[in-house]
Amino acid sequence: MGEGKTASAPQVILEAESVSLSFGGVNALLNVGFKVEQGDIYSVIGPNGAGKSSMFNVISGLYRPQRGRILYKGKEITTLPPHKIAPLGIARSFQNVELFKGMTVIDNLLLGRHIHMKSGLFSGGLFFGKAQKEELRHREFVEDLIDFLEIEHIRKKPVGTLSYGLQKRLELGRALALEPELLLLDEPMAGMNLEETEDMARFILDINRERDTTVLLIEHDMGVVMDISDKVTVLNFGELLASGTPQEIQENPVVINAYLGDEDSVFLAGRAG
Amino acid sequence: MSAHICGDYKTSYKEDMVLFQTFFSKFWLIAFLIFLCIIPHFLDNYVLYVCNMIGIAIIGALGLNILTGFTGQISLGHGAFLGIGAYASAYLVMDLGIPFFIAMPCAGLITAMFGMVFGIPSLRLKGLYLAIATLAAQFIIEYLMVHVEPVTNGVLGKMVDFPSIMGFTFDTDLKYFYLIGTVAILATIMSKNIVRTRSGRAFIAIRDQYISAEVMGVNLFKYKLLAFAFSSFLAGIAGSLWAHYVTIITPEHFTIGVSIEYLAMIIIGGMGSIIGSIFGAVFMVLLPEVLRGLSGTLSGEFPMIVNIFAAIKEGVFGLIIIIFLVYEPDGMAHRWQMIKAYWKLWPFSY
Repeated sequence: MGEGKTASAPQVILEAESVSLSFGGVNALLNVGFKVEQGDIYSVIGPNGAGKSSMFNVISGLYRPQRGRILYKGKEITTLPPHKIAPLGIARSFQNVELFKGMTVIDNLLLGRHIHMKSGLFSGGLFFGKAQKEELRHREFVEDLIDFLEIEHIRKKPVGTLSYGLQKRLELGRALALEPELLLLDEPMAGMNLEETEDMARFILDINRERDTTVLLIEHDMGVVMDISDKVTVLNFGELLASGTPQEIQENPVVINAYLGDEDSVFLAGRAG
Repeated sequence: MSAHICGDYKTSYKEDMVLFQTFFSKFWLIAFLIFLCIIPHFLDNYVLYVCNMIGIAIIGALGLNILTGFTGQISLGHGAFLGIGAYASAYLVMDLGIPFFIAMPCAGLITAMFGMVFGIPSLRLKGLYLAIATLAAQFIIEYLMVHVEPVTNGVLGKMVDFPSIMGFTFDTDLKYFYLIGTVAILATIMSKNIVRTRSGRAFIAIRDQYISAEVMGVNLFKYKLLAFAFSSFLAGIAGSLWAHYVTIITPEHFTIGVSIEYLAMIIIGGMGSIIGSIFGAVFMVLLPEVLRGLSGTLSGEFPMIVNIFAAIKEGVFGLIIIIFLVYEPDGMAHRWQMIKAYWKLWPFSY
């Protein structure tokens, strides 16, 4: 872990090889291929319906592509079910918050520890000795996470009662509880105000640097994407339009034409400068 | 005696995980247990019988609540699973001569296996469709109970002895009270512990948002089957206790009506709440007894009320379920929480 950024030949942690996915006659993804290097913040952008979330669903095993492969650390995971992909170190958040609404914040985060725990129905039912110690140990881990996300004040609240911004933050936390090496974030800043967006950007940078986590990010806020990403990939109607550094993407005429638009790019250049 | 601590003074997470937090709640818990131990000696057999039925209903309702209330898998076959437990226990004790205290858990395990088999469709079916699939389980099991005569003795019914453990026979309502009470308390503790640890969280996660549960590494199939297994296990235990208590069991005791009664228990008591299962069980067992008592006292003035008692009973059941769904959809457990919250700050609740 962690040698990604410093090593001379960076390791590829995730690779999509000409992935195609269609629903009926609609191509959600067509021959999409890209490589994510360990330690990067890698953003996927594109207009609505471009196939970004479908790509995430393919990676996390919810969809099975008709063609192509997904390689994680050189191992094929295309056909694995979601619950076998999570223990490999891949966690994700969802575009529409999909927390466990009836559980408290602590329980949501503890569920994120599921794959790291062992106790079964019987030992859990006795709640004695080993199972109790295990609960306690993971509770401590979760409390560290609560500290990191600055949500101490809501730790025992049922999630359904929380504000949208906090729910988004908690969903990030639940993904982090898995201790992932690769974190997929699907529009973590959607619907947030400027302050919340900046908080979230700060969390993502912290996660990336301090926890050595590779981040794959879908986001519409171009300011954030261009600021924090190491690499950007643009999807359009299920096809890969371009990949490159934020600078290259902003100057790419095809991307400007299809997605960013002329005025936007001027705005972005002004902001970056 | 300080009534209540008005703040969080806990210094470790272990303290935070204790079920009964304050001195006050611990005190009342112990007082309640002592009360439970003493009171049966002062009750007549009819009241004891009702208490025992409540105890059995609590065990069964806990099982159904784990499956339907916590895991979100609706089941219309709970009554039939009770039946499997009853017949399994009766067969093991009466035909194979296995001692009761081994036969009861075995009956639970056998029922758990049946539950897992009939839980398999839950991987593909949700909501209404799963309800229909479990309804099929109900009818298949009812058919088996009538037709597998070597085991069940068919419609004639099967005679069962009072249980005896180490030569001690539970042959009175009073003795049975302690047996059922012990098992019900164990079942409650076990259920409570399960829902607050790893498996229980997986159950609730499946109920609330199964897609993210799967992405977080929860094996949906495994945990749905586990929920079916544990739910049926408790149903089997309840059925076993029931069989040895009423001493004759026939297939008519385990119809769809029983399944619906158990569903009503957890709806009225509170879905996804352990204490709700207990409230619901108490309520649903007491209701017909209270109605019967009322119709008995009123029969002096209105003689015909006895004749239509059955109809009144069903009608009141239906009415109460509707009232609960409209006014307290979270059940009595939610009301209990509100009352507790009110008294916590009383008389300075502002």
